[in-house]
Amino acid sequence: MGYVAVTGGQEAIEASLQHLSYERLKDGKFIDVQALKATMRGFLDQVMSESSLYSENLAALAMKQSEGNVEEAVFLLRAHRSTLPRLYYSTVTDAREMFVQRRISASFKDIPGGQILGASHDYLHRLLDFSLMEETEADVLAKKSEFEQMEVPEKSSLPLDHLPKVMDYLRNEGLINEFPLNDEEPDDVTKESLTFPSSRSERLQILTRGQTGAINSLGYAGLRGYGSSHPNVGEVRVGYQPIHIALDDDEDEYYIGSIKLTEVESFIPVNVSENGKEVLEFDIGYGACFGQNETKAIAMSILDHALENPENTPIHDEEFVLLQVDTVESTGFISHLKLPHYVTFQSKLEQVRKIKREGVPNE
Amino acid sequence: MNKFPFAFLDEQSKKEIRRAILKGVAIPGYQVPFASREMPIGRGWGTGGLQITLALVGKEDVLKVIDQGSDESVNAVNIKKLVQNTTGVQTTIHTSEATLIQSRHRIPEVPLRSDQILVLQVPEPEPLRRVERSEFKTKQLHAEKEYSGAWLWLFEQIMRYNQTTQGADYPVLVHERYVMNPSPIPRFDNPKINDSDALILFGAGREKKIYAVPPYTKVESLAFDDYPFEIEKFEGKACKVTGLTNVFLDEMTDEVTGETYYVCNDTSFMQEYLEKRGTVNVR
Repeated sequence: MGYVAVTGGQEAIEASLQHLSYERLKDGKFIDVQALKATMRGFLDQVMSESSLYSENLAALAMKQSEGNVEEAVFLLRAHRSTLPRLYYSTVTDAREMFVQRRISASFKDIPGGQILGASHDYLHRLLDFSLMEETEADVLAKKSEFEQMEVPEKSSLPLDHLPKVMDYLRNEGLINEFPLNDEEPDDVTKESLTFPSSRSERLQILTRGQTGAINSLGYAGLRGYGSSHPNVGEVRVGYQPIHIALDDDEDEYYIGSIKLTEVESFIPVNVSENGKEVLEFDIGYGACFGQNETKAIAMSILDHALENPENTPIHDEEFVLLQVDTVESTGFISHLKLPHYVTFQSKLEQVRKIKREGVPNE
Repeated sequence: MNKFPFAFLDEQSKKEIRRAILKGVAIPGYQVPFASREMPIGRGWGTGGLQITLALVGKEDVLKVIDQGSDESVNAVNIKKLVQNTTGVQTTIHTSEATLIQSRHRIPEVPLRSDQILVLQVPEPEPLRRVERSEFKTKQLHAEKEYSGAWLWLFEQIMRYNQTTQGADYPVLVHERYVMNPSPIPRFDNPKINDSDALILFGAGREKKIYAVPPYTKVESLAFDDYPFEIEKFEGKACKVTGLTNVFLDEMTDEVTGETYYVCNDTSFMQEYLEKRGTVNVR
């Protein structure tokens, strides 16, 4: 009678769950959470960003439990997030205080403090490294100590936790379309449901926790003719961002730790009128994600700007973008199609049969 | 599971959901936005209903969960297990024993009482989404009670097919004010919402909306005078097991003979019916 027999559903589910557990164990191999945390940086960064929960330990646990399935790992972390009370908001944090590990500009050859390449896949030939196939712990330790004995390359001329923004250079020249500083409390999309028109803080939150693939695809569509934002990457910076909180009845801020963050500022030329004549200036498209997620942060900066400037294309349509990019929502609804729908189908079937039988009068 | 709070959600979240429910009860048929939490089951798998259930459930409650008429369907079992694991409440398959009933796509055949709450899972809360894709605009249309789109949509079906072609989730007008999706229950169940003894709550987790039909509210399915509303008809067919004809039926195929037959969709109702008549063990 299919998978909704009158009885037996419970037993069938239990058996399926056992089967799932066995799949993870059946080859008799083991990997501990700390090893995943140490070696799966890219996975953890993506998962922390999409789940909007910054915890490398829990992300590594989710990776282990989900057998490396990103969709499932994000799902686990989002669900866990729902059980946690949210007690504080951080105070405003400025990426000028980021302890920078990587910082590049595609707009200027030379920037104050220099281009800092840091660690990146960008300059890599994507060739499989077959030597990793047989890598042992001893190999890892040997290579590690080799690296640690190398001479440290030339240091930045400026302190890495106070690097100026590339944008400041254009701003000083009056080439940035200026807006008043807005430090008002953001609308929290996890506490108040999104309504339209949305606020910028809502848009940025939804984009930053958006599914990496979805954000990249939509950002790409924006470049390919479905958007009018054509950015120059002003600055990509990756590093550790200090986070502070302030207690209600206390003026002091308390440092609670730092998070790895990717921040992107894109320069987008726009028309502005100045003293009655049309001039060109630059707008900023903004992207920021937990972890090192550079493509996503750039795509986010394209979408941020597109949504600030509504036009008649999907990329500039806030409902189109914001309501489809969440991984838990899209994967949840698509996968629900696997649930039985036989009542609704029966209801439709009855009408289809009737129309077929009785025919439709000619118009 | 003991690492999690009672009924999974933290207390502030539950309070917020209860506030949305109260607002929904105060404005029958109006979709109240709420900050839907992420649940340990899939978005689209009943998270809206589940959040309502978790926000309302108390230690004394007796819970029944149904999916497409069955207490044993995979999703019903899963939801029931989650609520039970995080609350320890009693569960039942018997409609009359339950104080809280969460259901997907069916209203039980056993009439509900005023001391019971029915929670329906909603995939698409917006009845006007079929004609208007923008949430901003549909909100405005509701505010202005501008439902021409909903009527035209039915009218076009009649013009094309000489009948309406919306199967389940057939829209209703609540308290002569809001047009509402009753969730994908068959049209067969629409009349049960009208003047119901029980409070009926609707939860759309992914779409982040809660709405309600309080007891004894007037709920009419949209229809024209010359094309009255019709429920699914199973003419000449009866449940093969019970012989009943006044219930919603599932269409089945006999694996051996290939013959089509019908059985009650509400499986616990069927079981109770058989137990009362001394024929037990349904399989």
